[in-house]
Formats: sequence, C-alpha cells, structure tokens
Amino acid sequence: MTPTQRRWIFLAAAVGLAAFYLWGLSGLPGFGNYPGPYGFIINRIAVGQTNATGVVSTINFDYRGFDTVGEEFILFAAAAGVATVLRRLRGERERSATDEAADRDLPTTSSAVRMVALLFTGPVVVMGWWLASHAQTNPSGGFQGGVVLATAFVLIYLSGEFLVFKRFSPVALTEVVEAVGAGGFAAIGVSAVAMGLPYLKNFLPLGTVPGAVSSSGTIALISFFVGLEVAAAFILIIGELLDQTLLIRQGAN
Amino acid sequence: MTLAVVTPYTVPVDLMDALQVTILILVAAGATAVVLIRERVRQVLTLSVYGVLLAVLFLAFQAPDVTLSELTVGAVALPIILLLTLAKIRKREE
Repeated sequence: MTPTQRRWIFLAAAVGLAAFYLWGLSGLPGFGNYPGPYGFIINRIAVGQTNATGVVSTINFDYRGFDTVGEEFILFAAAAGVATVLRRLRGERERSATDEAADRDLPTTSSAVRMVALLFTGPVVVMGWWLASHAQTNPSGGFQGGVVLATAFVLIYLSGEFLVFKRFSPVALTEVVEAVGAGGFAAIGVSAVAMGLPYLKNFLPLGTVPGAVSSSGTIALISFFVGLEVAAAFILIIGELLDQTLLIRQGAN
Repeated sequence: MTLAVVTPYTVPVDLMDALQVTILILVAAGATAVVLIRERVRQVLTLSVYGVLLAVLFLAFQAPDVTLSELTVGAVALPIILLLTLAKIRKREE
C-alpha cells in the first residue's frame, strides 16, 4: 500500500468518525440533566434509613456494598499480582540496601526534604485515620483514608532511608493487614447471612443521632476495614517497587 | 434541577459557572501538556499537577468524595509508582 492510498483511507475514516461523533454529541442530554428517580429517592431516605450523613458512603458501603466488595478484591488481586510479578526471579540477585563500596559516599537526603517529610508524617497518619473513620459523616471513606495512610509510609522512606521504611512495613505484616482488611469486609457480609439477613445487610444498631461518628451501623466498620486493606495494598505495591529499584539486580548470586 | 439548599457557603450561580468553565479549560490545557511533554520525569511531574487540577474540577462539580480519591491516587500514588518504575528502568539502562 502506498502512502497516498493510506492517507486516503485515513481521511475517509476520520471524516466518518467525526460525523458519527458530532451526531452522537448532538443527541446528548443537557448539562446536569438527571432523568432517573433513584438519586432523588436515595437523597430523601438515606439519612433516615441509616443515620449516616455521608450519603456517598452509605451507597458505597451499604446500598451498593456488594459492588464495593468486588472493587475491594480487584485491589487485593492487583497487589497480589504485583507481589508475584515482582518477586526475585532466577538470574536476579538481591544486594544489600547499603552501598557495598566502602570508600564511596552515599548521596544523602537533603535536610529540607527530611524536615518536610518528618513534619508531615504525623499529620498525614492522623488525616488518613480521620478520613477512614469518618466515612459515615463526611465526604471521605476507607479508600481515600487508606491511600493517605500509605503515603505516610512513603514520607518515612523519604525522610529516613529504605531500611527504616522496611522496618515500619515488613512485607509479612503488610500482607496480613491487607488480608484482614479484605476478609473483614467480606466477613461482615457473611455475618449478616449467618443472622438470616441478606448479604451485607446493615445489621448493627444504627445509633440515634444522624451524623454522629458512632451512628450508621456497619458502614463505619466496613470503611475501617477498607482503610486497612487499601493502605496495606498500596504500601505493599510501593514496597515491592522500591525493592525492585533499590535491591534487585540482574545476574546470579 | 436547581439546588434548593442555600447555606452561608453557597456560591452564586454565575460565579460557579465561571469557576467550572475556568477549571475545565485548565484541565484541558493540563492534559495537553502531559501528552506533549516527552521527557519522562517531567511528564510524570506534570501528570501529578494534572491530578491536582482534576481534583479541583471534581470539587467544582460537587463531588468531594471523588476529589479526595483523585488527589490521593492521581496526584500522589500514581506518580510515585511511575517515578519508581522510571528509576528501575534507568538503573538497568546504565
């Protein structure tokens, strides 16, 4: 095929695509248009039904909790996949994290980076837990809180060194926490079944005050487990990548 | 549908429209910048800034939950993973 022929084929396809695209755009509903009644109904009844004011979390962890279990296990499988793919392969060796050449100076972390990272580590941990434990009252949740918690460990890596990061997040412990997080969510659902209720039915007392941290029944508990699972999954993924970057080398032992 | 609830924090509709249009343009510009920058480390850092812009966009369109997810994943976690991967590739190329 000559370049000229190719260009003509491309032009024909591009014109066709543009025509269909514009046709599709012209039929779109107006900006902010919402036809369905589902959202309006949820907005009206959600707080009364669950005593949780963070209605997005109510949907994620209660009404559509089953979808969220699925998402949870997508992340679980992804972290397991990363750990499997990035294991030490035959033909690769692990070297020590400290520099082997004694006469060479290690590049030190600048004190500015160290200082900022140290200053932020504590507040980031607090914020992560706050987000993970307030899904029922505020726009937040276990997922966001979990990722924020994981970044605290990245700050530890930035402020100190790799060995400190590893000491704070040993792989075995991280994997256990991840499993507890993912399993806890599923177990809450199974507990409901054991009590003769539908899977993931909100079976705990809802509390009396809408918007109180202790209200909302299983929503707060599920958010907590999601926070554990997400934080551990991200720490595991980042830790595996750090291993790859800093420790694992080509060549046999 | 217009929002019926008016709080001390309610932003006038005109101002909100202006904010939304501005942030849409900024996001389009940011996305173009990410695609056009070829140097890899710079591209990742631009991607991180783009993540922040996208987070502001979600906030302006009244989705604070998605804002938090986008901030943590788009602006922090994804760039960290990409930077680590780039570091690994660079080590191997040496």
